[in-house]
Amino acid sequence: MISIQQNDFNLGDEYAALVAADTAAGAVVTFVGRVRDVNLGHEVKGLHLEHYPGMTEKALQEIVAQAQLRWQILRWRIIHRVGDLQLGDNIVFVGVSSAHREDAFHAVEFLMDYLKTRAPFWKKELTANGSVWLDSQEKDQRAVKRWE
Amino acid sequence: MIKVLFFAQLREQLQCSELMVAEANAKTIAQLRDFLIAQHPQWTDFLSNEKLLIALNQTVVKISQTVQPGDEVAFFPPVTGG
Repeated sequence: MISIQQNDFNLGDEYAALVAADTAAGAVVTFVGRVRDVNLGHEVKGLHLEHYPGMTEKALQEIVAQAQLRWQILRWRIIHRVGDLQLGDNIVFVGVSSAHREDAFHAVEFLMDYLKTRAPFWKKELTANGSVWLDSQEKDQRAVKRWE
Repeated sequence: MIKVLFFAQLREQLQCSELMVAEANAKTIAQLRDFLIAQHPQWTDFLSNEKLLIALNQTVVKISQTVQPGDEVAFFPPVTGG
């Protein structure tokens, strides 16, 4: 399930939902992305996250479908927050359960790499000198290329 | 009509998030962009940015793509979520 929401999420609740009544899941991998205090060498006060409602969900569904072709995924969950976020706030959750750890590890990395380069979200950084939209980063483009 | 959307930095630069264009003005997205620039000359530099991405009905496409009545076309900067 995909959720785009302003509210925070609870890691324990999400883990519980990934494994509830499923004894086939021998592995669960979860990733949480958070608002960091320093980005590219300057101090960050917070973030504003914008998205393209409708396309975001569609792009993420396509990313999940691609992951399901590559790995044995039992359950999966993606949550991405939008709106105003403070330092240390959670931004994104990706969780995958699988019979074995290799599939779960790879699938979560793949989902994050594609989410960062394909899903229509935009970050605006709040700094001491005002707010500025972030540029896409070459390292994220390189990260997604390894799956091609 | 064709629904046109702008997001993030581009939305702020144009001071516009959404507008409608009559299909008679554009057969392709490239023509749609040229029409918007003709109507709003101050948008020229922002809409000519080579890095902009374009989505047709919520799927990323090339600017040469043709458009139909009822289509939704979005222009936006490279994505930075996650």
